[in-house]
Amino acid sequence: MYSEQVMEHFMNPRNVGEIENPDGIGHVGNPVCGDIMELYIKVEDGTIVDAKFKTFGCGAAIATSSMVTELVKGKRVAEALKISNRAVAEALGGLPPIKMHCSVLAEEALKSAIDDYLNKSKRSENERTS
Amino acid sequence: MVAKKRIYLDHAATTPTDPEVVEAMLPYLSDVFGNPSSIHSFGQEAKSAAEEARDKIAALIGARCEEIVFTGGGTEADNFAIKGTAYANEGKGNHIITTPIEHHAVMETCKFLQGRGFEVTSLPVDRYGLVDPQDVKKAITDKTILISVMHANNEVGTIEPIAEIGEIAREAGIYFHTDAVQAVGHIPVKVDELGVDMLAMSAHKLYGPKGVGALYIRKGTKLISFMHGGEQERRRRAGTENVPAIVGLGKASEIAQREMDAEAKRLISLRDKLIEGLMERIEHSHLNGLPTRRLPNNINVSIEFVEGESMLLNLDLEGIAASTGSACSSSSLEPSYVLLAMGLSHELAHGSLRFSLGRETTEEDIARVLEVSPRIIAKLRAMSPMLQSGT
Repeated sequence: MYSEQVMEHFMNPRNVGEIENPDGIGHVGNPVCGDIMELYIKVEDGTIVDAKFKTFGCGAAIATSSMVTELVKGKRVAEALKISNRAVAEALGGLPPIKMHCSVLAEEALKSAIDDYLNKSKRSENERTS
Repeated sequence: MVAKKRIYLDHAATTPTDPEVVEAMLPYLSDVFGNPSSIHSFGQEAKSAAEEARDKIAALIGARCEEIVFTGGGTEADNFAIKGTAYANEGKGNHIITTPIEHHAVMETCKFLQGRGFEVTSLPVDRYGLVDPQDVKKAITDKTILISVMHANNEVGTIEPIAEIGEIAREAGIYFHTDAVQAVGHIPVKVDELGVDMLAMSAHKLYGPKGVGALYIRKGTKLISFMHGGEQERRRRAGTENVPAIVGLGKASEIAQREMDAEAKRLISLRDKLIEGLMERIEHSHLNGLPTRRLPNNINVSIEFVEGESMLLNLDLEGIAASTGSACSSSSLEPSYVLLAMGLSHELAHGSLRFSLGRETTEEDIARVLEVSPRIIAKLRAMSPMLQSGT
């Protein structure tokens, strides 16, 4: 059912956990649909230096969470925003069609974490200038 | 990686075919190939094999052999019973009473009819998945033509009060069908004690082959034929009989009758050991369904903070085959409608795990599940956002 890469990330997920004082947090999904992802990022000088996740969900949800954290690490924020769900799925050697929504969730988690970061930095900039 | 012994705990999905069954079927896949409708000796050999099988099935459920119709499986038997009675009794009424925890074979058939002029009442169930016979009584109207309530639930194993409902149906003069696919061959099922007019069963749930089942139809029950064509099965189900499969179903029924009591006792002890062990070893775990009035082989638990498919995959990597009511294991994205009807939250429905034991299940298998499961769940909980660190 799943590709070798999906199973590998599912069995040995990368970057599990939380980041203390993260620069951005993304929280997407709900118990009704059965997948919940939390994604934490640490940003230094516009580059994502660390990413961690916590996920409640199926094998594909865990594997896509793991992969998306791998993909964003070391990327500029602007570049990270361009990571699509397809890119996550492709990096995992593809997903079964009914599991593509998991990659969408991973993309949304990432975008939501970056949004959170951008809002926070805007706020602190405003605080500084006011 | 060292190859581990694989442990199959998904007997509610299907059972392995008993070697004795395979052996009984073999001649009918080769030498004894006649068409039971033929009057020559080739045909008559096949016919007597099918009739012998019919006797064995009838004996297992306390029916008369002429009340057994062979079908292409449990789903066909359910379709036959429900559509057959609905369309044969349209003159009397258009109301069907059923439950929200039926197998798809019943539920979807009722939905099909609902879109075609029939009215369907879906009764409530309690948190154990039990139907209250009094609710059946209250739901009856002068338009009611059929009551369909499953004997034992395939997901949570709860055994329904079929005899009580049967009595109510009989008093009201309404046909009563039960999907007994999970019950036949596992617990005593006798059509007269249950008061059912129709009962569906399937061979592959009792160590027989796939693609064959039977519908018990009480003598005098008015229903239309499922297949139109030749005169097979007293014109109720046309088509040349699948003799090897029918022989397999017969043999499986014979073995079940012989071994059921001892096997049920053995499985109940293993079942309760597994339930107790899981509850003991895993915090925030809950049993779904009734503790005792459940199928001897069914264990269904909900594990908080983790999702079913991820548990299933981990178990599979350990060689253990189980099942889940999580949406992620289906294409619908909706978790088990059975668990939701019982009032479980979406989270608990997604976190459900079913083990269904069988003849080849051993004490060692149970010990292995109990050894492996807490580790898997701890690993998944460590990455669950629903469990905040420290709780």
